[in-house]
Amino acid sequence: MGKILAVGAKEMRQILRDRRTLLILLFIPAFFLLLYGYALSFDIRNVRLAVQDRDRSTHSRELVSAFVNSGYFALVGYEDSDAALARLVDQGKVRAILSIPANFERDLRLKRPVTVQVVIDGDNANTASTVTGYARTLIAEFGAVQMAVRTPGLESRIPDPGPRIPTITIEPRIWYNPQLRSALFLVPGLIAYISMITAVVSTALSVVREKERGTMEQVRMAPVGPVAYILGKTLPYLAISFTSAVLIVFAAMALFDMPMRGSWPLLLFSIGLFLVGAQAQGLLISTIADTQQVAFQIALLSSMLPTMILSGFIFPISSMPTVVQGITYLVPARYFLVALRAIVLKGADITAFWQDLVALAIFATVAMGLASLRLRREWA
Amino acid sequence: MTGDTHDRPHSRGSGSSDPPAPALAIAVRGLTRKFGDFVAVNDLSFSVKLGEVFGFLGANGAGKSTTIRMLCGLLRPTAGTALVGGIDVGRDPEGVKRRIGYMSQRFSLYETLTVDQNIQFFGGVYGLSSERFAARRKFVLEMAGLEGREKTLTRDLPGGWRQRLALGCAILHEPSIVFLDEPTGGVDPLSRRRFWDLIGDLSSKGVTVLVTTHYLDEAEHCHRLAIIHAGKLAALGTANELKQVFASRPIVEIQATQPVLAMAALDRLDTVEKTSLFGTAVHAVMRDTRTTAAMLAASLAASGVEVRGIAPVSPSLEDVFLDVVERVAAA
Repeated sequence: MGKILAVGAKEMRQILRDRRTLLILLFIPAFFLLLYGYALSFDIRNVRLAVQDRDRSTHSRELVSAFVNSGYFALVGYEDSDAALARLVDQGKVRAILSIPANFERDLRLKRPVTVQVVIDGDNANTASTVTGYARTLIAEFGAVQMAVRTPGLESRIPDPGPRIPTITIEPRIWYNPQLRSALFLVPGLIAYISMITAVVSTALSVVREKERGTMEQVRMAPVGPVAYILGKTLPYLAISFTSAVLIVFAAMALFDMPMRGSWPLLLFSIGLFLVGAQAQGLLISTIADTQQVAFQIALLSSMLPTMILSGFIFPISSMPTVVQGITYLVPARYFLVALRAIVLKGADITAFWQDLVALAIFATVAMGLASLRLRREWA
Repeated sequence: MTGDTHDRPHSRGSGSSDPPAPALAIAVRGLTRKFGDFVAVNDLSFSVKLGEVFGFLGANGAGKSTTIRMLCGLLRPTAGTALVGGIDVGRDPEGVKRRIGYMSQRFSLYETLTVDQNIQFFGGVYGLSSERFAARRKFVLEMAGLEGREKTLTRDLPGGWRQRLALGCAILHEPSIVFLDEPTGGVDPLSRRRFWDLIGDLSSKGVTVLVTTHYLDEAEHCHRLAIIHAGKLAALGTANELKQVFASRPIVEIQATQPVLAMAALDRLDTVEKTSLFGTAVHAVMRDTRTTAAMLAASLAASGVEVRGIAPVSPSLEDVFLDVVERVAAA
C-alpha cells in the first residue's frame, strides 16, 4: 500500500539523516559480540600449577608433562615444603598443586593403588570444579596408559587392557563441540541477546519520538490507519536489525570459529521471525511510554534481563525452579536459541525445532496484536 | 474543491463518503466531552458557514483543543453530534479525516527531513497521484515562499517559514475545511500578518477555516468568533456584534501616573462598573451612557489622582473577552 511506503520512506530518510544512530545500530552489536565474546568464557586455560614431586622418577615427570602439555595448566615451579606451597596458594601465585607421593613409580610398576593429590584453590567454585574435572581426566588417562603399556608382553603395542585387567570405563563422546569450548555455546546466545536489545530499543524509540515531537498527532489527523503506520515504521528497522544480526553471525564465524552447519535460508528465516517479535515488543513499549527516556529504560530492561537470564543463554533452563521455568516460556530468545544452536552447531533441519519457530511466531503475533490494539485506542 | 476519489476499505460505504454538498461546513449540536469527572467540553452548539473564517477564542484549558480534536475525528464525543463537511465525526472519523486539513500549534513537521521530503511524506500519506502531487507541491512551495529551499532541513527554517510549510502540508490534499490550532504561536508579527493573508486567500477560494488563537488582535481577521470558557460557549458573533455588549456601557481610557491608585479610586465610584489594566492605561466600564469622560476626570481629581489623559475609546476584543469571561465566571 502506498501509505506504508510513504511512512517507510520517511522513516528511512530520517534514519539515513542520522548517520550516527545508523552506525550505532549496525556496528555496535558486532562490537558487543567481540567484547562479550572474549570476556564471557567458561573455558579455563593456563591454570598456574605448582608441583610437589616426592618421587622424582621418570613416571612422575611424565605425569607432570601430561598436565603441562594439556594446555590447561602452566607450570610455575617445583616446591617441596607444604608451608611454602600453602603460601603460594594464599598469595594467588598458584591455583593448583599436584602432589606426587614417594614410591609413585615403584607402586605403579607393582600395580599397587597409587594416590596422587591435586589441591585446587576453591575461591571460585566454578573454576575449581572445572579444574578438578581436567585433573581427574588427565590422571585417569595417564593411569590407563601406564597400566596398559607397562604390562609385560604388551610393551610396544596399542593398549589393550582387555582380558588381563577387566575394568569398566566410560567412553564419553561429546557431539558438535568436542572440545567443549564454551564460546560455541555462548556465541549463539550473544547473537540472540544483542539482536534482541537492538531491535526492541530502536523500535520503541522511533514511535515515542513521534509522540514526543508532536508529529504523531499530525499523522493521526491524516487518513493513515494504525496498521499502515506501524508497518511503515517498523519495516526499515527490521531491515537494519536484520542486517546487523547477519553481521554478528559473520563476526561470530570469523572471530570465534562458530561453525555454520545448517541451512542459511532457515537461519535467516529464524532470525527474521525472532526480530519481528522483538520489534513487536518495542512497539508495545512505545504505546505505553510517553517519553523517549522511559521507553529506552523499559525497552532495555525488558529485553536485556530476560534474554540474559531466562533464555538459557547462560543458565540452563532445566536447572531453574519450576516457577521460573514457567516464566521462560514468555521469553522469545528461549525459542530462538534452540533454533539457532540447532542450525548453527548441529546442522539440524526444521523438524528438530519447528515448535520453537511456532512459539516465536505466536509471540510475534500476540505482541503485534497487543501493540496495534493499544495504538488503535490511542489513535482514534 | 476537488473531491477525494480514492477508496479506503474501512470508510463506511460509498453512501457516506460522497454526501450532497452541505449547506454548512460544520454543524455542532450539544457536543460534550468528559475525561472522567472533568467536563472539558460542555454542551457546545454552533455552526460554521462554507468559506467562513471562524475564530475560536478561549484561555488555555477552556476546551478549544478538545473541541478541535473531536471535530477532526481524533477524539470521540461523549455526547452530542458534529457534522463536518456533512459527515458525522462520531460515525465516520476516517471520512472526516480525508476531507479536512489540520495544523497544530506545534508545527508538526519532521525537523530532520528537508522541505521537499516533508511535502512528499504528506503527499504519500494522503495518497495523492503523482500528477496531482506535482501540481500541489509547486503550489505549496510558492505559497510558503520556499522555492529554491526545497533541500533545506526543516529545522533550519525560521519559524514563520516553517509555519507556512506546515500549513502547506496541511492543505496539500486540498481539503474543503481546515482546522488551525493556535497556528501562530511563537512567530514574529510580520510572519503572522503574512499567515493571516494566506488564511484570507483560502477563505476567498471557498475553504472553511476554523482557527483557535489567543492573540486577540488576530481574532479581528475572523468573520465570526466563538468565545469558549470552561468548556461552554460564552459568546458567538462577528467582532462588531460581540462589541455590542458595550453599546450601553461606554469605555473610558485613563492615563494616570499611578494606574493602580487610579483603579482603586475608580472602583469606589458608583458610576463605574469595573476597571481593568491595559498596559499602563486603565479601562473603566461605565454603568450607563450618561457618565462622560469629563465627569469622570472631575471625580478622579477630587480624590487626588493625577490624570494625564482621559478619553472614551471603542471597545477592543480584549475588553469583550474579559467581560464575557468575567460574566460567565460570576454566573
